[in-house]
Amino acid sequence: MKEMTLSTFLAVFEEIFGRGLFWAMVVAAVIVTALYLFVLIRDRAVSWKKFLFAQISMPFGFVGAIWFVMAMTHSHLTDLGGPVDLIVFLMVGVGGAIGAAILVYTIESLLSPPQKPE
Amino acid sequence: MTNSLNAPIGRRGFLGLAAGGAALVVSTQETNAAAIPTNAKIIIIGAGAGGTALANRLVDRLDGAEITLIDPRPQHLYQPGLSLVAAGLKPANYVVSKTTDWLPTGVSLITEKAAAIDPDKKTVTTESGQILAYDFLVVAPGLVLDHDAIDGFSLDMVGTNGIGSLYAGPEYAAKTWQAASKYTEEGGIGLFTRPATEMKCAGAPLKHTFLIDDIARRAGNAGKMDVHYMANNNSLFGVPIVSEKVRMLFGDRGITPNYSHVLKSIDAGAKRATFTTENGEVERDYDYLHVIPPQRAPEVIRQSGLSWADKWTDQGWVECDKTTLRHLRYPDIWALGDVAGVPKGKTAASVKWQVVVVEDQIVSTIAGADPTETYNGYTSCPMITRVGRAMLIEFDYDNNLTPSFPGIIAPLEELWISWLMKEVALKATYNAMLRGKA
Repeated sequence: MKEMTLSTFLAVFEEIFGRGLFWAMVVAAVIVTALYLFVLIRDRAVSWKKFLFAQISMPFGFVGAIWFVMAMTHSHLTDLGGPVDLIVFLMVGVGGAIGAAILVYTIESLLSPPQKPE
Repeated sequence: MTNSLNAPIGRRGFLGLAAGGAALVVSTQETNAAAIPTNAKIIIIGAGAGGTALANRLVDRLDGAEITLIDPRPQHLYQPGLSLVAAGLKPANYVVSKTTDWLPTGVSLITEKAAAIDPDKKTVTTESGQILAYDFLVVAPGLVLDHDAIDGFSLDMVGTNGIGSLYAGPEYAAKTWQAASKYTEEGGIGLFTRPATEMKCAGAPLKHTFLIDDIARRAGNAGKMDVHYMANNNSLFGVPIVSEKVRMLFGDRGITPNYSHVLKSIDAGAKRATFTTENGEVERDYDYLHVIPPQRAPEVIRQSGLSWADKWTDQGWVECDKTTLRHLRYPDIWALGDVAGVPKGKTAASVKWQVVVVEDQIVSTIAGADPTETYNGYTSCPMITRVGRAMLIEFDYDNNLTPSFPGIIAPLEELWISWLMKEVALKATYNAMLRGKA
């Protein structure tokens, strides 16, 4: 790579997914994150019950993200060849797991807001 | 959607703010340095990777320049994808797009061949006889595959009788896979050749060998395969340290290297190929033969007196300075891409580095400033060693390895991340380059 600027990265990602899909995904991620922040601010507290439930989705997010990347790139688990591969692999999985937990927690909180004490 | 600034933020308001913020990011445009006013006439012969990327960059840098591209082919080909097509990993249309989709507004495209260049009168004549004058000329027509140089071979044979030839274009790469996939099932002797001339992406013949061997292996047919790589000289790759690594990988996979075997002719009916070697001609039977013909500069370059007189005389690459790409005898002419007479750099990755240099040369010349960018021979080759793994090999004129991610992505290690780059990021980076953005 000659120059690694933010605009280069954005241009490359626009080309990977197509301009529309890439920015739609960015907007979707921003909306989910914003909603997550919204429910946290609205509720003024983390609901540990909901959070525990959200954690159940994490292994599915982990496996789902890895399955998606492997399927899209003709790859197999046996292709991991060095430390950097393991790091990328774990980053994909952990990203999927955290994303799934945030999504599930946000949906739970939006569907059933906490009972406010009168 | 309307939002009152005084109202407490509800769910709708929050959403609106988030969407507005995202829209702001989308609409933010890069601000360019002030464009230089000029009425220079710039002709670019060739609208491939180099020509297209350069046109996009020059349009941003120059205000009022008359930029004309000349290219007879309306399709743009993403050539780094051909090895994937020839291994059945991508369809033929993966590499095809329309040239006009990549060109900026404000440039003209003439869909004709350049028939003659007069560097003294500073004119280019097209096939239909149109004469165009230029102030600056960039020659970026790519190269020609000299299929006729292989006796007994013609392109209509590709895909049948165990013959492949992936360089010839998307349809031929797809036909190559037809022949190669049959070979991966039936097994036998596979001969993977490369020419003795300079060639685009010297890693591609190796990639094809590795991929076809790997696909056969995965199908459980390793025992039926007798795979041979026919090197044109005494090494497997131009960079010695890479050549050694490939030799080790070949040893590991059971691929036999045959040094100094250059394909001369084929007898398709008898499935027999003749090679020129140091010890005279040698005949070899095959079940699958991958043909890569000798490669040369297009006729118009060789006829116009732009080629080196004392180097590559059978190939005709443009005589230019290897760091600035400026013609050594005609200072208004630059070479870009495959046609440049430089020791390395017939890859899309090289073009990415070269485009910036030619852009800087032309813009500086117009502005009366000193150019600062130079080309060091940078070439990159994501050398696929099997489906799912590659080595990200980058090097310069001096055969030094020049890794982009030192300490993170080892150049001589077979890695999944390097494969991911080839599969996912390479075409995207290439497309961003075409648009002048990478």
